[in-house]
Amino acid sequence: MSRNKQEEDPRINGIKTKIRVVPDFPKKGIMFQDITTVLLDPKAFKDTIDLFVERYRDKNISVVAGIEARGFLFGPPIALAIGAKFVPLRKPKKLPGETIFEEYELEYGNDRLEMHVGAVEVGDRALVVDDLIATGGTLCAAIKLLERVGAEVVECACVIELPELKGRQRLKGKPLCMLVEYR
Amino acid sequence: MFAVENGLQGDPRLQAISDAIRVIPHFPKTGIMFQDITTLLLDPVAFKHVVDIFVDRYKHMNISLVAGVEARGFIFGPPIALAIGAKFVPLRKPGKLPGRVISEEYELEYGNDRLEMSVEAVKSHERALVIDDLVATGGTLSASIKLLERAGAEVVECACVVGLPKFKGHCKLKGKPLYVLVEPSQLDEVTF
Repeated sequence: MSRNKQEEDPRINGIKTKIRVVPDFPKKGIMFQDITTVLLDPKAFKDTIDLFVERYRDKNISVVAGIEARGFLFGPPIALAIGAKFVPLRKPKKLPGETIFEEYELEYGNDRLEMHVGAVEVGDRALVVDDLIATGGTLCAAIKLLERVGAEVVECACVIELPELKGRQRLKGKPLCMLVEYR
Repeated sequence: MFAVENGLQGDPRLQAISDAIRVIPHFPKTGIMFQDITTLLLDPVAFKHVVDIFVDRYKHMNISLVAGVEARGFIFGPPIALAIGAKFVPLRKPGKLPGRVISEEYELEYGNDRLEMSVEAVKSHERALVIDDLVATGGTLSASIKLLERAGAEVVECACVVGLPKFKGHCKLKGKPLYVLVEPSQLDEVTF
């Protein structure tokens, strides 16, 4: 099994320095990991995508599922580069066709993730992409959606991990690849 | 202006793109024939055609910034930005962007909505492109143009995958040219 963190690649540090940490957003006590500043640096953005593409291009991935909305920033470029379909996993009522949903917990209450019926097929090998993994709740919901329709989730890929929230343990045994840790 | 009016007449990629878009009748409400681009994203060849056509058009226009409207603009904007070496700036619903933002209101059929942009994302005199999946009234794109201009950028063009036929010819939005790949797809047959 290959490493699940790209430890020595020199591009990683360049990406890490571009992430802006915004205190007390969206509420007090949260140190928000802002990846929009990575997108403002064409080299850092390209390096982020390249690192994931290099990892996945020979793994026969047929579908990249991106979690709304920041997963939409990273998923499609990866999908295009590896020749996979891109499937958006969305908040309720955004997808126009027939959907299936999976609920997941928020701090207060629940939310839902939806996927179009027919987008993913039995035997598809899937990658799930989001900008960040915190508790792992959203990624877990994504994995469940994909498995319910018969796909095999190969890995989850995130730019940032907050390891203290132990999201990695909530991925139904699926591996996580991340580029930058924030402690 | 549509791609067919500007050098791409007969380009088979445009038909492939059009064929890959699914029409969902009466979404989000009765009477609207919703242009579902998610089926385009399931076709890696057709999705790549979209990006290639936009990249070919913009790669020599000295564009330093691609702004994409949440959320479907986030799907098409970044691949274009990456290919032409531009930065990507997300234009978001209120409250999503951290740090200092500027906001612009725009009209919906009932009521208003707002689009926000990070003030630090844009430098003066940057040449910008605005991307969304579809243009209907032009309200969202107009708000996007205003945001970028308020921050000092020069909007070179707005680009969409799908556009209503009224945008043929030299139609402009707030004085800016609009470039569209295909007209809305039609249902092959009526289903109930």
